[in-house]
Amino acid sequence: MASAFEYAPAPESRAVVDIAPSYGLFIDGEFTEAADGKVFKTVSPSSEEVLSEVAEATEADVDRAVAAARKAFETWSALPGAERAKYLFRIARIVQERSRELAVLETLDNGKPIKETRDADLPLVAAHFFYYAGWADKLEHAGFGPAPRPLGVAGQVIPWNFPLLMLAWKIAPALATGNTVVLKPAETTPLSALFFADICRQAGLPKGVVNIVTGDGRTGAALVAHPGVDKVAFTGSTAVGKEIARTLAGTRKKLTLELGGKGANIVFDDAPIDQAVEGIVSGIFFNQGQVCCAGSRLLVQESIHDELLDRLKRRLTTLRLGDPLDKNTDIGAINSAEQLARITALADQGEAEGAERWSAPCELPSAGYWFAPTLFTGVTQAHTIARDEIFGPVLSVLTFRTPDEAVAKANNTPYGLSAGIWTEKGSRILAVANKLRAGVIWSNTFNKFDPTSPFGGYKESGFGREGGRHGLEAYLDV
Amino acid sequence: MSDARLSVLKTYKLYVGGKFPRSESGRVYEVTDVKGDWLANAPLSSRKDARDAVVAARKAFGGWSGATAYNRGQVLYRVAEMLEGRRAQFVHEVAGAEGLSKSKAAAVVDATIDRWVWYAGWTDKIAQVVGGANPVAGPYFNLSSPEPTGVVAVLAPQESSFLGLVSVLAPVVATGNTAVVVASERSPLPALSLAEVLATSDVPGGVVNILSGRTAEIAAPLAAHQDVNAIDLAGADEALAKELETAAADNLKRVVRPQPVDDWSATPGLERLTAFLETKTVWHPTGALGAAGSSY
Repeated sequence: MASAFEYAPAPESRAVVDIAPSYGLFIDGEFTEAADGKVFKTVSPSSEEVLSEVAEATEADVDRAVAAARKAFETWSALPGAERAKYLFRIARIVQERSRELAVLETLDNGKPIKETRDADLPLVAAHFFYYAGWADKLEHAGFGPAPRPLGVAGQVIPWNFPLLMLAWKIAPALATGNTVVLKPAETTPLSALFFADICRQAGLPKGVVNIVTGDGRTGAALVAHPGVDKVAFTGSTAVGKEIARTLAGTRKKLTLELGGKGANIVFDDAPIDQAVEGIVSGIFFNQGQVCCAGSRLLVQESIHDELLDRLKRRLTTLRLGDPLDKNTDIGAINSAEQLARITALADQGEAEGAERWSAPCELPSAGYWFAPTLFTGVTQAHTIARDEIFGPVLSVLTFRTPDEAVAKANNTPYGLSAGIWTEKGSRILAVANKLRAGVIWSNTFNKFDPTSPFGGYKESGFGREGGRHGLEAYLDV
Repeated sequence: MSDARLSVLKTYKLYVGGKFPRSESGRVYEVTDVKGDWLANAPLSSRKDARDAVVAARKAFGGWSGATAYNRGQVLYRVAEMLEGRRAQFVHEVAGAEGLSKSKAAAVVDATIDRWVWYAGWTDKIAQVVGGANPVAGPYFNLSSPEPTGVVAVLAPQESSFLGLVSVLAPVVATGNTAVVVASERSPLPALSLAEVLATSDVPGGVVNILSGRTAEIAAPLAAHQDVNAIDLAGADEALAKELETAAADNLKRVVRPQPVDDWSATPGLERLTAFLETKTVWHPTGALGAAGSSY
């Protein structure tokens, strides 16, 4: 079978992107070194090649960035909305113009396939800026009162799984509503945010409106705790999210959190099986499963378990894992050695606890961080792999007999971010969707995103919404 | 009033799961008017009472959140009707609790009843105001709808024992949540009497649970409770609010911080209605009927 699907290599050229050997912090419109001159390396997860050295921001640097944002807030928030809108439209357009460069850069720094950065991340980044640009001069019609006010300086901390897209989700609504920002990209994926700084420069964005401070968790902690920050927005792990909520207790800072998930993908016996298989695959193997809303628990109706698993396994044997820059690659690299170790440990635990492990025959490259798409059958709700977020290409398969049982199992988690429902029966979709305690539900599809569609969780998946009219609320004084 | 007849005093009790228990601790505390004269002994609730109230609120959540918005509106309007009938009683209790003249207390009670009516009317409108279809760029029907967050702990304002209480409680239940209320510590009697109104207004048992006692003592287990989804800190002072917000982070409760309120009679905005609502967004493929479509 493999020979029939042999492809010649089709790598996207990396000549389109020019990565400098080192980058500073972007504060008040200038790239500057960290106060103590410290740097850290960012590597390409697919090859472990060092891509660049990046400044590690200290508390003093964060302080400087917040001061710059505070100063810029005076003029930025006083600009007519229509003027702010035009800056954001400019940014959206420049992102579109430079999207191939940014897609290649993102694939290099993150390890995800070029197919995804080119067709999902970058189009969504541009769309997000375009969408919120249009809101900037219409805020009085958004349902938050006649003259909603911005909050001030937003401290934003984003994860490594969709580096530029998460930046867009944070910066676009913040700027549209008249806030200024200090954003900290993830330690392992700082480059696209630094390229974005250059886009701000090209767009002529006033100095200090967007500031980028790179660093690790300590930089993020300094940012969220900074007394000059009025609003904190965080996307990342539930454990860190809780820590931030504790840090902000008793302050006036407004907080939104977009945290982990353990999404249930529920397949009923009347589902269109081939479509469901595609949805299951994109649900858990999109971005190597490093997605907070991944459909990491497959709940399949008992009567079709064997048939569905046969087809799913057959489909998994056709997935192509390898060079993320190759246009035919489906599965790229895991983002870091640390994340690979976590996925490996949890998968091993799944085996140790008695679930049955299966992977398609798959050769892993010798350099870089790789994990073969894996599924576990015979999983019960007590298994660690059915409870903990793995954040990797690992699917846990559970079964159910009745819709009530499916709902009970789907909701049996402290998380509540996403879920999927596969059935041809419309009334069942509505009934089940109504009972699921999750913020985003996909029926007969999965992992669809749009700037107009609010995204965010119930329960310990966080609070607040990003996207759509709802996403404005996080940055307005309401 | 004649001095000849000795009046019958009421034993004030808690309201949990639709029943009127005493505190399981057997404790009471003395409630006085602003001059220090004895009004009643109120139950001094324990942590166990708080946990029992959460169990009752959780049990009631499925039915109440699953009721139609129209039905919730009818039930809440019924509460206003029952309040109107007991208007004189509440005027008397609010005057005693807050040291108001009879006419001022009457104005407060009127405003409180009107506040119930205002929120009763919101039950079947809020979804249209904060939800709706989203024009996604693809062949999908994408709909966002508000849903209640679950069990909400409500620390009622300390000063405004009745209007303040209703102003924080009504939005919680109007949107389909269930509530565990900690009444004003110094002036719990209007809240405990409100329970008698709720019990006779078709509000299902457990939808509203009312506890009296030391706010800090009851609020601590509620803020830390893993089966409480949200907490309104209106009745907490700054130090207590920080402590409770820290505890609430443990399961990421939705938190409404205390804010100074000069005038509870001002018309509320949507803030408290939306504070305990989640947004659920559902994507449905729309299919396609082919490029030609219809020319009609």
